[in-house]
Parts: sequence; structure tokens; C-alpha cells
Amino acid sequence: MTRETLLDIRGISKSYPGVKANEDVSFSIGVGEVHALLGENGAGKSTLVKMIYGLVKPDEGTMQLRGGAYAPAEPSEARNLGVAMVFQHFSLFEALNVAENVALGMENPPPMRELAARIRAVSEEYGLPLDPSRMVGDLSAGERQRVEIIRCLLQDPKLLIMDEPTSVLTPQEVEILFRTLRQLSAEGTAILYISHKLEEIRALCDGATILRRGKVVGTCVPRETTAREMAELMVGATLTPPERRATAKGEIVLGVTDLSAASPIPFGTSLKNIGFTVARGEVLGIAGVAGNGQDELLLALSGELRTGADRIRINGHAAGDLGPSERRKAGLVAAPEDRYGHAAAPDMSLVENALLTGAIRRKLTRNGFIDWAATRSFADEIIETYDVRTPGNHVAARALSGGNLQKFLIGRELDQSPQVIVINQPTWGVDAAAAAAIRQAILNRAAEGAGVVVISQDLDELLEIADMFAVLNEGRLTKPRTVEGLTIDEIGLMMGGAHGMEVAHHAEA
Amino acid sequence: MLRLEKRPNPSKFWLYATPVVAVVMTMIVGGMLFAFMGKNPVEVIRTIFWDPMFGEFAFYLRGQLLVKAGPLILIAIGLSLGFRAGIWNIGAEGQYIMGAICGAAVGLAVYPTESRLIYPAMVIAGALGGWAWGMIPAILKTRFNTNEILVSLMLVYVAQTILAKASTGFLKNPEGMGFPGSRNFSSYPAAANPELVAGTGIHWGVVAAFAVAIVGWVLLSRHIIGFQIKLSGQAPRAARFHGVNPSRLVVLCMGISGALAGLAGLFEVTGPAGQITIDFNVGYGFTAIIVAFLGRLNPIGIVFAGILMALTYVGGEMAATNLGLPAAAIQVFQGMLLFFLLGVDVLTNFRIRTAILGVK
Repeated sequence: MTRETLLDIRGISKSYPGVKANEDVSFSIGVGEVHALLGENGAGKSTLVKMIYGLVKPDEGTMQLRGGAYAPAEPSEARNLGVAMVFQHFSLFEALNVAENVALGMENPPPMRELAARIRAVSEEYGLPLDPSRMVGDLSAGERQRVEIIRCLLQDPKLLIMDEPTSVLTPQEVEILFRTLRQLSAEGTAILYISHKLEEIRALCDGATILRRGKVVGTCVPRETTAREMAELMVGATLTPPERRATAKGEIVLGVTDLSAASPIPFGTSLKNIGFTVARGEVLGIAGVAGNGQDELLLALSGELRTGADRIRINGHAAGDLGPSERRKAGLVAAPEDRYGHAAAPDMSLVENALLTGAIRRKLTRNGFIDWAATRSFADEIIETYDVRTPGNHVAARALSGGNLQKFLIGRELDQSPQVIVINQPTWGVDAAAAAAIRQAILNRAAEGAGVVVISQDLDELLEIADMFAVLNEGRLTKPRTVEGLTIDEIGLMMGGAHGMEVAHHAEA
Repeated sequence: MLRLEKRPNPSKFWLYATPVVAVVMTMIVGGMLFAFMGKNPVEVIRTIFWDPMFGEFAFYLRGQLLVKAGPLILIAIGLSLGFRAGIWNIGAEGQYIMGAICGAAVGLAVYPTESRLIYPAMVIAGALGGWAWGMIPAILKTRFNTNEILVSLMLVYVAQTILAKASTGFLKNPEGMGFPGSRNFSSYPAAANPELVAGTGIHWGVVAAFAVAIVGWVLLSRHIIGFQIKLSGQAPRAARFHGVNPSRLVVLCMGISGALAGLAGLFEVTGPAGQITIDFNVGYGFTAIIVAFLGRLNPIGIVFAGILMALTYVGGEMAATNLGLPAAAIQVFQGMLLFFLLGVDVLTNFRIRTAILGVK
């Protein structure tokens, strides 16, 4: 199938101080083509699409749109030429309704009633039902993404850029999104689809360009290439899946019963009657779409959010009313999702960040006085053991790349000989090789007898490392069940299906 | 076009260079101000910065430097702990006044008893008075989430009213022939804070200031509480994750800064000021805010900043008497110092890039 070329990119380069984000990148997208841009975090995908969308100017190279020179100075120019983008992180106001949010993104918004009618029409046409009068704060992540997509579709784009769109969706919602994207493609809208989820790309995309360290390392037709081949192109190395030893179950190290807590986060999700147990050597995987109480559950387990004393038991001792320091003393370590500002102090050195949670279990203080020599060697130990790439332990945490910092922060918790480990999003934003290393390290600790709770939005990750599986949905936790024999469909139903949106594509189905 | 770019690591060079740059810029712009006022700028700057150290009357003025620097350092170190943690005690002036009143009241209550225990008791009362005054905004903040900046600042005016009442009412010198003001401590040896070494200006308050600077430095660099203070200021959520209780930290920081301000007030009223009067306080509590920032919120830096600020006080007074400069001009000059410091401070965390034409 030959297509007329829509966007042609030739020899694009872009450098930032100290990094070449893109080097001599060339590829093209045909009219109506679904084209995947594939690469690990830091491979240069985001920079490349920002240039296409007019947010960043290339240092070198040219772009052509429908045969004409294309060099957007700013996003509004790109939008006028028919290029639209759905970002990974939504830019929506929670306290405004859907129509108002859409209007804010338009240069000359029509009257509200007219706009609401158009939103309704477009959302029905593309099988993405959305009520224009609902508050965005009340919408699920999948619905919020719909707002962003419809905002783009109202501009009648010729090229729609989607940055990691499925990371916030349940499997059923992914299916709905894909039907919409296929429909758009059939109507002649090209889609540039950024992801590192290979099975999705194989299911959806017509062509793929693979980036590694800012350069194009290959192109392929995803349907004719195996996921493993694409992964190895992406990483530039052969991948070995984590190795795990079956561990005999021991006594229960973490017990949570009937845990309810109001969310301390604005527009957060309260926890409702959560109950589970984790035994020595066991890994409990908690799945769920972002914003369903994951952050709150971590706060409640780490001790930042206190509850009734006997709601949480560590090694059989009531711990629900203990603060973070006392819980560490009792043997529980936690790793929050947000690395910059929560798990780590961005402006402090790695040594100080090692002290941040290591002080108690690693005995880095004596009578309140800090043993800096011991703290430095603790930091060096983490850097060494977990292969953290850094010029030294004196570097500020924010100077490290996301993946490197995550390796440091996970290592910091795992190297405290914990009995209970709680981690939210262990490998979010981490490249494949580092992610594999982190998962292996978690499994090693479990094999040594720690009980582990991993909260993640990456189902593949959970299925890979967890023994038990549960889903957090609107602050409620499903009953944990064994991972063996679990199918993606079952998981999807546990996740609340498509939040009542299954009828979306009835007309064509 | 100029553009600011965040540095990957805070610049060590600019961290220490910005105070110097700020002082130089203050001299330049302050000099322009003085020139507009019809004074010879070079002469004014020399009178402020040079004469107190090396001029004709330096033998006397050098001592005055420590007299002025002592309370500034003492208060500023207390404030710096809170400032590092993001707790903004702007009311040190009030805590300073209340410390002075409480400490003086203890001494005056037992007049004319002579005992070695009287002065230590006054010191403790002074610290407690400042501490208690600092606790008001702290507790209102932790219980009702009020803004400590506003509450502590407004309490300064309450304290000033109490001071007026003290000097004309309950602490008034019964033998003062109706003049406002308490008894003079210089004529009550058990409760006085005399110059310890003649001609140096060193009194117990100066000794306390240097001791507190050392303790403060050890606390911030070696103790877990210092770490928690810094962590809370830089990354509040990480601090909670570490296990800091934000309310306890507010109480701790407001308490320490209140107590140190109270101490400074007590040392001042029993020493250089000599008695409680309606206006014995000369704004050290406010100037100490500048000193704290000028000293990079670092106890050792604050010692130097305190001495520099004392220089502008002593030199400013000289300029006022010798050159007829209004006192307000000196205050503007001190304010400029803070202004430029905060302005130049940007360079510690950002670098200036000149954007190449056409690239945003």
C-alpha cells in the first residue's frame, strides 16, 4: 500500500547543553498512516514530537508538510496547519467542566452552547462518549484523555500526535481508543503514536521508526515484527526476563484490615475498606488506573497518613498510628512514585538523600548527630550496587536522569534489610534495562524473605513479578488472587472495565 | 535577549559571591542616592564603611560594632533556622521586646537584692518571654493554619504597646521623678550586663551570640534536626516522608527564634540600653532579617553579616551627625542591601544565557 506523504522529516538534529536529543533523524508519515515512534525513555521521542508540534525549534534539518516547507514557530501555527497533539500529562483544569476546558484551548471559542453541541457530536461520531457539562475533577483518567482527544479533533487535524496515550487506560478503554484511532486513520488522519508498549504498536500501527539515543536505529512494519525484535532494537541489547525462584510462603509480615482514610490530596481518592495480607517472600501486585487511590495507599502504608493503630500490622504489631520513622524501625520501607520532591529532595546531594530514609535502619545517626562518613559510604554502596550513573555522591538528586535516580531511590530502600517493602510505580519513566534491573532487585529481596507490595500501572510488570494480584479501583481494593491463570480480560474487568463505556462502538461493532 | 536557565547543581561560587556583589551594588546605588541628596557619595560611603574601623574615632567605634552586632547575630541565627524550614518569623522585634520586659521584670522585682543568681534568672526569663511570644503565632499556625508572617508581625505592635505601658506604668522607676522608663540596671550590679573587657564592647550578649553561632553551625551541619530543617524548607513532602512532623517543626523553629530574640532583648536592656524605655528597641528584630539572608542563613555567614550590618549602623550614625544625613536614608541603604542580595541570589541557582537570535 503506498500512501501520499503527509509529513516528511529530513536530517533533524537538536542539542541541549550536554546532550544530543536528536541527531540526523529522518522519517516520513503517509496520509492516514498510523506511525509508531518507538524508543526508551530518553531516546529523544519527546523532543522530536515537540519540534513537530512547534514547541521546540530544531538546530538542523527540514520538515515538509504536504510538500510545503513546515517550520512552526509555535504550537498555534502547527495547529492551524492541521497538526494536533495529545500530551501524556493532561493540561486540564479540574474545577472547570469539559466544555470550558475545551474552550480554554481554542483561539476563538464559539458560544458555550454551540461548543457543547459540537463536543457531543464529535464524541459520538468517534465513539468517545463525553458529557460536556461534567466537571473534569470528577472524570476518570480515561475520560480526561477523551477531553484532550476531542479538543484536538475539533480542529479537524491532518496529523494527530499521541504521547503514551494508553498508560492511563484500562485494557477495555485501550480497545475503545484503538477503534477511534483506526476510524480516524480510515478517514485520512495520520497518527503519530509514541509508546514503548510493543504489543499495542503491533496491534495498531502501520509503520514504526525506532529511536535510540536520539538516532534512528531502524524502521519496521510492526505487524510483521515480533515484540522481542522491536525491544532489542530499542534497547540495543538482548533482554533477559527476570529470573525468579519460587519461595515458600512464610508468616504474614504485613496485614491491612478494613483500612479507610480520607485523601489528603485535593481531588484525591479516599481509601475505602482496604484489606490484604502479605507473607514473607510474597509479592503482591496492585494494579489500577492512575488516580484510583494509589498515592493515598502509599501514604497510608509509609506512615505519612495515619490511621487506626490496628488497621495496619507490621510483623503482627499494630502500626497504623505510627509515623514514617517508627514504621521504618518496625521493618517497613516505602518508595513513593514522585521522585522529585517526595521520594527525594531534588536540590540535596545523593548523600543527603541517602540519609533521608536510611538514617534509622542503617543507624546513620548517634544521639541525633549524623555520621556523615557512614552516610557517604551508604550512598556509595547504593551507587555501586545498583549501577547508578553519576559523577559522584555529591551531585544534587535533580541532576540525575529519571531512571538513574529511580535506581538510587529503590536501592536506598532495598539496602536497608527491610521486612516489608512498599513501592509505587517502581519503573515509571525508567528505561528497559534499568527497569529489568530494578525488578530483579525487588525479586531478590522477596527471595530473601521480605514481603513486597508493588503498586503499578504497568500490567506486564505486575504479571512478571507478582505472586498475588489485586486492583485498586476508586479507592477500593479487589480481593487479591494468584497471578497464575489470570487473563488480561479478567484483569480488565477487575479494573472496572471501561467505566461503563463499553457501548461506545456499538454502531460499528 | 537575556534568559535564565536553571543550573543542574547550585553554584558554590555564586553562593558566596552574591553577598559581596550585593554589597558593592548597594554602595553604588546608595552612593547615587546620597549624590541626589547633595552629599558627596564617596565621603558618605567612606564614613559608613571605613571610618568606624580605621577612622579617627575607631578606638571607640570598633567596640560599638560588637555592641550592635551581638543582638543582630543572636536574633538572625534563630530566624535563619525557621527561614531554612520555610517558617517565616517576621516578628522577632516583638519577641525581642517581650524578652527584655520579662527579663527586666524579674530583676526589678527583687531590687535591690544582691545575689549571683539574679542575672541567670533574668536571662532565663528573657528567653522564656521571647519564646512565649513566638509560641503565639506557632500555635495559631499549627492549630488554625493561620499565616505566621502576619500574626508574628502584628504581635510586634502589641509588644510595643505593652512596652509603652511597662515604661510608663508597671516597670516605671519609682524614684524616676515621673519620667518614663525603668530603673537603670547600670546602678544595680546584680542585674547588669556590663562590658566584660573594657573598650571592646564585648558583653554577655556578644559572648552568647558567638556561642549560639557555633551551636547553630553544629546543629545545621551535623545534627539530624538541622537536616530536617533544611529538608522541610527544600522539599516539604520529602520531609514528611522522612518522618518530620511539620507542626512540631513550626513549634521548634518559632520557639528557638523567639527565645534567642528574647535573650537579645534582655542583654540589650540590661547592658547597652540600660533600662526599659518606651523606645529602647531600635529595630534589631527587623534588621536581623536582612542579616540572616545576607549571611546565607548560615550561622558563620551571619556572624560576618551581623558585623557588616553593625557597620552600617555605626557608620550611618556617624554620617547622620557629621554629614547631616537623615536617619531614613540609612534605613533605605540597609533595605537596598537586602534587595540587591535577593536579586543577585538568582545567580546561585540559575545562569544567564544570552539567547541566540531567532531561537526561543
